[in-house]
Amino acid sequence: MKILTGNDLRTGAVVWWDGAGWALHVEEAAEVHEAEALIAAEEAARRVVGAYAIEATRDGVAGSLRGIRPAHIKDRIRALGPTVRPDLTLKPADPNCGNWVI
Amino acid sequence: MAEFSFRFRDDADDLGQVADPGITVDAFAAQTNATAVRLEPGDDARALLPHLARLRLVEINFPAFTDGRGYTAARTLREAGYAGELRAVGDIGVDQLWQVRRCGFDAIAPDTPLDPADAAAALGRWPFAYHPAADDAAPIWARRHGAG
Amino acid sequence: MYKYDSYDQAMVDARVAEFRDQTARRLSGKLSEAQFRPLRLMNGLYLQLHAYMLRVAIPYGTLNAAQLRVLADIAERYDRGYGHFTTRQNIQYNWIKLAEAPDILADLARVEMHAIQTSGNCIRNISADHYAGAAADEVTDPRPYAELLRQWSSFHPEFLALPRKFKIAVIASAADRAAMRLHDIGIRIVKLAGGELGAEFYAGGGMGRTPMIAPLIRPFVPIDQFVTYAEAILRVYNRHGRRDNKYKARIKILVHELGAEAFTNAIEAEFAHLQTLNIEPPAAELARIAAHFAPPPFDADAPAEVAFADEAVAQWVRANTHPHRHAGYVSATISLKPLDTNGKAGIPGDASAAQIRVIADCAQRFSFDEARVTHAQNIVLPHVRKADLPALHAALAAADLATANLDAITDIIACPGLDYCSLANARSIPIAQAIAERMAPKAAAIGELKLKISGCINACGHHHAGHIGILGVDRKGTENYQLLLGGSEAADTSLAQITGPGFDEAGIVKAVDRATAHYLSQRQAGERFLDTYRRLGMASFKEAVYG
Repeated sequence: MKILTGNDLRTGAVVWWDGAGWALHVEEAAEVHEAEALIAAEEAARRVVGAYAIEATRDGVAGSLRGIRPAHIKDRIRALGPTVRPDLTLKPADPNCGNWVI
Repeated sequence: MAEFSFRFRDDADDLGQVADPGITVDAFAAQTNATAVRLEPGDDARALLPHLARLRLVEINFPAFTDGRGYTAARTLREAGYAGELRAVGDIGVDQLWQVRRCGFDAIAPDTPLDPADAAAALGRWPFAYHPAADDAAPIWARRHGAG
Repeated sequence: MYKYDSYDQAMVDARVAEFRDQTARRLSGKLSEAQFRPLRLMNGLYLQLHAYMLRVAIPYGTLNAAQLRVLADIAERYDRGYGHFTTRQNIQYNWIKLAEAPDILADLARVEMHAIQTSGNCIRNISADHYAGAAADEVTDPRPYAELLRQWSSFHPEFLALPRKFKIAVIASAADRAAMRLHDIGIRIVKLAGGELGAEFYAGGGMGRTPMIAPLIRPFVPIDQFVTYAEAILRVYNRHGRRDNKYKARIKILVHELGAEAFTNAIEAEFAHLQTLNIEPPAAELARIAAHFAPPPFDADAPAEVAFADEAVAQWVRANTHPHRHAGYVSATISLKPLDTNGKAGIPGDASAAQIRVIADCAQRFSFDEARVTHAQNIVLPHVRKADLPALHAALAAADLATANLDAITDIIACPGLDYCSLANARSIPIAQAIAERMAPKAAAIGELKLKISGCINACGHHHAGHIGILGVDRKGTENYQLLLGGSEAADTSLAQITGPGFDEAGIVKAVDRATAHYLSQRQAGERFLDTYRRLGMASFKEAVYG
């Protein structure tokens, strides 16, 4: 399925379209069908910058970031944080989250 | 032609603003009565050097502000002694105004109207410059050593 | 080192005000992202993988304790407590908010620092030899000339919308410690027999997609015309550089397509014209700048022979110090490629705020308040009395900054890679760590081996110039790593060649192990890895790696 991701214009934080707005956690991402129109509107309203659509799967399997799994490793790293600094990721208490990325 | 444009010339000497748009560089050499020409980014301004005496207006087009070839064209003409109107046209925003002026343009006609307050702030922002320009105050290195 | 006068300060302050205004207009919607992006890039601000990334300029890699302390403060106040030193002698912060960027620039301006033109299609940070002012083999300190070029390139109104980025390096010795020939312009200051100074100009070097070694354009430009000559090159580039294809827009492509001779003729014609215009700063200006780089007050009684009772100190001194023109001194390298007592490797080039403050204290205490960032992502204290080395080592060791691995296989240059960079195809930092941990027991036996890793073809890790180079690629959605051998960034500049099919993460570590084992088994007396490779050739190493 397609989901949208981008960065918050003011803070630069990685964000995911949750159906109504932009959320910080990938597991809140919502499936989209009109990606281009949505991106154009949200960027024009300055609620997001650099937004793009990606493929993802529903991943109800084990792993603390269960729910939505971006298809490409780059977006999984964006979802979590740098694999080499677990303390700086969104799930610093989870020692296994690096495995989810790979 | 944009609603807001900027002109920094004293027309008492040169019979006023040239209203006609410039013709292309290729056409200019053949039309010996023409006094206005328009350069595109791929044109070489040095082709105009034999004709500077009859030129009163040179328009230099910036189709995209990220294509800076017009700045070299402008400086080339000023360095050769061109004293007529040098007009920057196209995709020029407030944030390009300072470098446009420093490269020798004395008229600006952007595609999109500029906010006059933003434009004035941009043009008044820099108290000094590291580089010489033909009609400007001394560059910083000259001020440091007494040629202020 | 250079100190701003009121003119320099006024320019940096105006730049902060300009960017504050531009940011406000972006956030209010007066500027679109397309209009704003080149403006923020020219203030070093990228939109990156996790947040905005700010690249702060460290001109020719030189900075003092006060500046280091502000860099530490910025890391703590605006970022996540650390900074990353880069292969162009700059520092990067990875977790910046756009809304706070103008305040960061204001903090930097108070200590004569900035982020001007550290990105964008303009002239970037001028890099120089990290042993400048200390090395015995230099003709003169290259940094006054780098400072002249810095001021010339800053806000140059003709060259702010170039076809692509433009990087300049300046050295002043036969030895090349700045990868000079891998820059868009490389300058070597030379001295004629009669004492006259001049500049050797190279142009058209670079790495990235199409690595090229810069050809010599002019063997001698009198030093009182070298800025004019640089301007001639920039004008020819601005006029003729390709603008139709981002991947063919560097000056190296123009030099390659015109040929060195036609390119040189174009430069010389433009140079002849520019010489009539009096754009060169006068000799008095160079003298004013050079006065800031006068040698520090060396201790004439500093002993040249010092014994180090502590073996850890002795080992660190042997590995990490470089001879100084003054016999009682050395230049000491602080490694930012740490290996802890358990053999765990840190992140290449990263330093915490606490570590940066230790470096500041050491620079102030032991090196006349001066430190340098090297293009190998380490820090140099240029002027350390040999007698002070034990005290310096103790201060560094307490902060995990005393790893004795300069130019060893564990002194890896690695770009941030896919962990941080949106351009990357693969992660580079975990590879660097895995290789360092695997190879640490053999590092001393191997000796000098410059290993460089890039996470994508843009080559910010300089892998083309590695004795061993590694390039991360995306192979059908999976990270894959190519092994290259035989590059050199020194005066014997060469480009590394690919060995064969790529490897996964475990495979590339084993491949490096096999390549170095082959070297150890085949080397002759005095040969480094690079020398044995050049003697035996690719076929011999390929067989050892692939079996």
